[in-house]
Amino acid sequence: MEKFTTHTGVGVPLRRSNVDTDQIIPAVYLKRVTRTGFEDALFAAWRGDENFILNQDAYKAGSVLVAGPDFGTGSSREHAVWALKDYGFKVVIAARFADIFRGNSGKQGLLAAVVEQGDIELLWKALEAEPGKEITVSLEDRTVTCGDITVPFEIDDYVRWRLMEGLDDIGLTLHNEEDITAFEGTRASWRPQTLPAKTEPKQEVVAARPAE
Amino acid sequence: MGTTLAEKLWASHLVRKGEGGAPDLIYIDLHMCHEVTSPQAFEGLRLAGRQVRRPDLTIATEDHNTPTLDIDKPIADLTSRTQIDTLRNNAKEFGIRIHSLGDADQGVVHVVGPQLGLTMPGMTVVCGDSHTSTHGAFGALAFGIGTSEVEHVLATQTLPLKAFKTMAINVNGDLPEGTTAKDIILAVIAKIGTGGGQGYVLEYRGDAIKSLSMEARMTVCNMSIEAGARAGLIAPDETTFEYVKGRPHAPEGADWAEAVEYWQTLVTDDDATFDAEVNLEASDLEPFVTWGTNPGQGLPISANVPNPEEIADADQREAAENALKYMGLTPGQPLKELEIDTVFLGSCTNGRIEDLRAAAEIIQGRTKAPNTRFLVVPGSARVRLQAEAEGLDQIFIDFGAEWRNAGCSMCLGMNPDQLKPQERSASTSNRNFEGRQGKGGRTHLVSPLVAAATAVRGTLSSPADLEGADTLVGAPA
Repeated sequence: MEKFTTHTGVGVPLRRSNVDTDQIIPAVYLKRVTRTGFEDALFAAWRGDENFILNQDAYKAGSVLVAGPDFGTGSSREHAVWALKDYGFKVVIAARFADIFRGNSGKQGLLAAVVEQGDIELLWKALEAEPGKEITVSLEDRTVTCGDITVPFEIDDYVRWRLMEGLDDIGLTLHNEEDITAFEGTRASWRPQTLPAKTEPKQEVVAARPAE
Repeated sequence: MGTTLAEKLWASHLVRKGEGGAPDLIYIDLHMCHEVTSPQAFEGLRLAGRQVRRPDLTIATEDHNTPTLDIDKPIADLTSRTQIDTLRNNAKEFGIRIHSLGDADQGVVHVVGPQLGLTMPGMTVVCGDSHTSTHGAFGALAFGIGTSEVEHVLATQTLPLKAFKTMAINVNGDLPEGTTAKDIILAVIAKIGTGGGQGYVLEYRGDAIKSLSMEARMTVCNMSIEAGARAGLIAPDETTFEYVKGRPHAPEGADWAEAVEYWQTLVTDDDATFDAEVNLEASDLEPFVTWGTNPGQGLPISANVPNPEEIADADQREAAENALKYMGLTPGQPLKELEIDTVFLGSCTNGRIEDLRAAAEIIQGRTKAPNTRFLVVPGSARVRLQAEAEGLDQIFIDFGAEWRNAGCSMCLGMNPDQLKPQERSASTSNRNFEGRQGKGGRTHLVSPLVAAATAVRGTLSSPADLEGADTLVGAPA
């Protein structure tokens, strides 16, 4: 994972609350088996509307999304993070994030910065007054700067450290593999195992057919 | 001071305590995989040269993409077929048990786990699907994870996690006839909002919860995520033990006795405190339906479409305005007058045998509204077989419904079962997001009883609205 210290790029004001993951990337785009190439899927339904913010020239190159509260609610699809990243977003700013989305962001190097709603309103006004205006996000200082406005943001200390160091979770966990093995030795023997497989007797499943 | 059930589950799975702000490392007892959120995780393992640490604690099934017709033919949609083939190949390569389309144990992952007896009290259960909260109904700590976390669990059988806060949802009193677990959870979400549970594990408590069947408890826990909570819990009791007993993977003999003895300790201590508490009176509830585009935008079915101008909070008001526009609704319109094009009965929320029985009981001997389509998709192939053994399939078919094979189907429209633009559905699923059931589709979330009554009348209806309703079990006393 790439190290993240500061980022400067075009800010995109998205005046919507509860932007759920079905809006960020509709389910129809989830059928791919790759981890990249989702840029066309980002906000696919909204991008059909010519007035949608990312269809306006000034915002097309956006890399810092400033959204309403409860961003990323709904499904656990990490594709939502991949789509934002593939489009070019490095930072999403909102007053509240859904837990799974925020977790997924941290693992993929997308910064989810929590900024108070009052400050979000200031950023929205500044970005709308001057479309295409740049925002600087400093992970080091935990600040968002847009013109003469500088506001603080919150982020979990550990996630911040991992992002700044560009560290991979699995590698960190496997450092402590002996702890995992020791824990496994304490598990009760009746805890279920999927193998060998046990099932009710096998039965034939008749295929449903389209109505006549 | 005592501890809550959630804290006990956490403590009993702690592999390593996080130091200096690092998260705790938590052991995972069961990891379920499906075709949509796993391919990139397996790819990650391959790229790093890693193995699956515990194939014997992992299981896969095909559900999100699978067609519900012609399942014995090759899947017509090529990208869906690729995704399913990818899962089959990954299962083979990494030695993971898989239940594929056509197998009697295929179905929606959250229906399959419990019916095989793989979900038990006191476990940690994860899956790359946010409705993993369903398994919390057994007193297990169960939550959805992203694909990076899927890869992490495959490689290490653990997850680094920050502790959750705890919230008690107390539902007291008796649920009136004609109202169900679905109405409880829709009312909870309407009360605390789609973000109200963020950062919390919800523990559902109180008489109304204790009196629910195991399947109804799964319906409640299933939608915890729609209130923003990753997990929902219900303390295990005799109802839970009775449900688990005798299932294929349930402990037997001396193991059973030992397991039950342990499971009985899985309760929140009387002197434990929650970080937050919410109270709801069950006897005040009536069938609930959603009018908007998030699951928190719900009202009793006898209400009218709300007027955004009367909403004080600016965000909520704007969300309501957007929702009404998308849903094609006018403030003040009675919800019961909304004409429904498609009724969908199924999903991990309400696709179990009790849901099918409840709906079949309402429609039996009645006629379907001529302009309403009724799609019935059992949650798993076993549920379908059970329903057929009970003759429920014939009741649905005689009524004019479409009787399908198992899968997620129209809940999220990844297979051909989708709404057309502007089509309006009454759906027993869990999300009414814009475009969720098909581009431009308009979803009203309902219980199986409301779904069945709506299929009879063609407008959003509760069983009490049906002619001769007083003779029905689902009718108010």
